[in-house]
Amino acid sequence: MDLRLDVLLAILGMAAVTYASRAGGYAVLRVVRPPPFVQALLRHLPGCLFMAYVTPPLLAGGAPVWAGAVVVVAVQIAVRNIGAAILGGVGVTWALHAALGLGG
Amino acid sequence: MWRGFVASIPLWVGMLPFGVVIGVLSAAKGLSFLETALMTSIVFAGSAQLVALEMWADPAPILAATVATLVVNIRMAPMGAALAPWLDRLRGWRLWGSLATLVDHSFAMAIAEQRAGGRDAGYLLGNGIGIWISWVVTVLAGHLGGGLLQVPPGHPLFFASIAAFLSILVPLWRGARVDALPWVVAGLVALAAHRAGWPVPLPLLLGTFAGAGLGAWIEMRGRGAPGWK
Repeated sequence: MDLRLDVLLAILGMAAVTYASRAGGYAVLRVVRPPPFVQALLRHLPGCLFMAYVTPPLLAGGAPVWAGAVVVVAVQIAVRNIGAAILGGVGVTWALHAALGLGG
Repeated sequence: MWRGFVASIPLWVGMLPFGVVIGVLSAAKGLSFLETALMTSIVFAGSAQLVALEMWADPAPILAATVATLVVNIRMAPMGAALAPWLDRLRGWRLWGSLATLVDHSFAMAIAEQRAGGRDAGYLLGNGIGIWISWVVTVLAGHLGGGLLQVPPGHPLFFASIAAFLSILVPLWRGARVDALPWVVAGLVALAAHRAGWPVPLPLLLGTFAGAGLGAWIEMRGRGAPGWK
């Protein structure tokens, strides 16, 4: 049950910028309209961020991971539920991993 | 407020696997139960926690985790502005508490309710509180389970965090004309920086801003607005 100082500081930093994003949007954007380029950049940030995140591990992943990725996207499109998509993808990856004798 | 809370209940089941992934990952990265509980309850942002935890190390990467969280969560800034018609009617803890519980799901439901003519601003807070409770409970359950199972690194279970990001990407897709090029560039730049051995979170940040900058530049050019000068 320990709480280390470095971990605490990292969590407080994360919490501070998160609350600033939530409350600051209401407090600031209501009054000041940022230039159109910044607004467009903000709209593009989430998609690009997650793409930047998944591309390296996806390409390094091998066949079980690629099959799992296809299943995740297909399930998400079909039922629009993150939980179901994760379960389906992990299930397929895990099954292929085991079937190919990679352990796990 | 109560109606918002009730409306969040169907989301709880969908949240379960994502919360468990965060909990298992927290345990695998050596976070104690107390630290996990604190992060989950006061940060309360699944994708930001996932990004930060993936780059977690000992000692904790204070600056990297904070910067990565800001990049992930800055997307929520326009949400508060969009909900202003409701939020303007709130004061004190109801206003700032509603903003503290704002997440993608509660935003989506509140906007839908607002467009349907809903006038109860407490809907957002009730919905957010419901999601918050289920989030904290599922993450802590995942932490306890992950601590018991001792999942080894490289286990297919860890594909769950990639799967979570992929499923978040699907509703973000606004069509090939807007997103295809920025997304490909974001992925390729991140990959190049990663292969070059640059430290986290540089590949993530470079890829994100290369893609988003390109996307914004294309939009400005298409509009003929000189906003990018």
